[in-house]
Amino acid sequence: MVDVEKIRADFPILEESVYGKPLVYLDNGATSQRPLPVIDRMTEYYLKYNSNVHRGVHYLSNKCTDANEAARREVQRFVHAASEKEIVFTRGTTEAINLVAYTFGEAFVEEGDEVIVTEMEHHANIVPWQMLCERKKALLKVVPFDEKGELRLDVYEKLLNERVKLVGVAYVSNVLGTVNPVREMIARAHAVGAKVLIDAAQAIAHLPVDVQDLDCDFLAFSGHKIYGPTGVGVLYGKESLLQQMPPWQGGGEMISEVRFEKTTYNELPFKFEAGTPDFIGIVGLGEALKYIGQIGVAEAGEYEQELLHYAMEQMKQIPRLRIFGEARHKASVISFQIDGIHHFDLGTLLDQMGIAVRTGQLCAEPVMQHYGVTGMVRASLAVYNTKAEIDKLCEGLRKVEKMLNV
Amino acid sequence: MSIEEIEREIVGEFSVYDDWMDKYAYLIEIGNGMPAMDEQYKTDDNLIKGCQSRVWFYPEMRGELLYFMADSDAIITKGIAALLVRVFSGQKPGEIAKADLSFIDEIGLTQHLSPTRSNGLVSMIRQIKMYAIAFSAK
Repeated sequence: MVDVEKIRADFPILEESVYGKPLVYLDNGATSQRPLPVIDRMTEYYLKYNSNVHRGVHYLSNKCTDANEAARREVQRFVHAASEKEIVFTRGTTEAINLVAYTFGEAFVEEGDEVIVTEMEHHANIVPWQMLCERKKALLKVVPFDEKGELRLDVYEKLLNERVKLVGVAYVSNVLGTVNPVREMIARAHAVGAKVLIDAAQAIAHLPVDVQDLDCDFLAFSGHKIYGPTGVGVLYGKESLLQQMPPWQGGGEMISEVRFEKTTYNELPFKFEAGTPDFIGIVGLGEALKYIGQIGVAEAGEYEQELLHYAMEQMKQIPRLRIFGEARHKASVISFQIDGIHHFDLGTLLDQMGIAVRTGQLCAEPVMQHYGVTGMVRASLAVYNTKAEIDKLCEGLRKVEKMLNV
Repeated sequence: MSIEEIEREIVGEFSVYDDWMDKYAYLIEIGNGMPAMDEQYKTDDNLIKGCQSRVWFYPEMRGELLYFMADSDAIITKGIAALLVRVFSGQKPGEIAKADLSFIDEIGLTQHLSPTRSNGLVSMIRQIKMYAIAFSAK
């Protein structure tokens, strides 16, 4: 059982007020808050140990290098990777996907090949593949979703063929909350020789991720969506694949030897980590994973499911409210609209009540087009949210309805 | 009335309300009170970019004065647009182009609708001023 009051005490920001009203933070899909242990750990490193990693002979540099590499092993354990060489630090999910689009794309995608994404992807898992397809004259194919917000696996099946080199799919949709059957989708892709990248940005804090069990080829996530700092993310890649991929950005750290005649590259994972990494951010990410690990991702997810069901039940009592995405497996993301109220008005007025939600196209314009809407309002829940906060949201929604005379 | 006088009037109206929800309710009332824009003017050309909601401004010169019609699919944005129409519509383009908009600060609008947000306030003002400059050059 999750002790939510104890958890909330670790997040001082949750005690803040906005416009004199207690903050109700329901925008965790955009970014989660950081607990004190993460903030303290990073502060400690800034105050006592700051020094560049992987190059110094001195005490501080070694201290930071050790912490950087300990965080890598923390990530490895967290996603159950076979080796720490498979963990590449990036700036976030977006950079991780771009890295694969450039390097895997460069090595393995040819003219006439195909890349598959889904209709419910975040722009970050669409645009890099479009750019790749443009460079390589490859084709981008799209798996649609049905009215419940579940992927049309029958269409997916038909799209798969030996020309497909890569499938990019979200573990959890950032709009619909759908938990996609990625394990099954990976197996189907492998059957035709395609590799699979899982965008786990919205999954990582909410359900246990095991890359070996999934057998995914790549998996990407961001630190700031799992109670860690911004600017740090992870690309997991199977070692054998990463070995075959050329480096992406060139610079320090990613090299073995530099000669004007020929430069040789460092071994994994450093081959993909050019330049000074955000090593204190990485230390913070390691701490965040420890933090959520102590609560238990499965336990956190279970509690969030309870919140989700409560929220769906309560929100459905608002007659003109429409929820987008009612998949059987759904994470704690609720996108909705109230008939006759613009999402911008709804979000602006909720904000005045201290309630933080996301509004607009949610970086997923194809999903908006699917439903024929110009935008939505999204409440996304984290392990520190409470039923009382959901009550406040519903109360706020009713107040807005009244104000706007709907 | 001059732009300045209308601005003073608006500041006075908003000062009656202490609570921001009440100010919003008033803004919504103003939005609802603005005459509907004819559908023929809701074109892509008249659409203001940079807003989360769609806002249209249509300028029209009558004699020496520049008039605006506006509309939005979001009511708060429509309220803001209505304020701007009230301030600028029926003024000389030259006056509009050089108008000071500190009344927005005085109402407290910028605190709650800061330029970094997606309410389009800044884009609307920019567009109005561009129209004014274009018409005063003619």
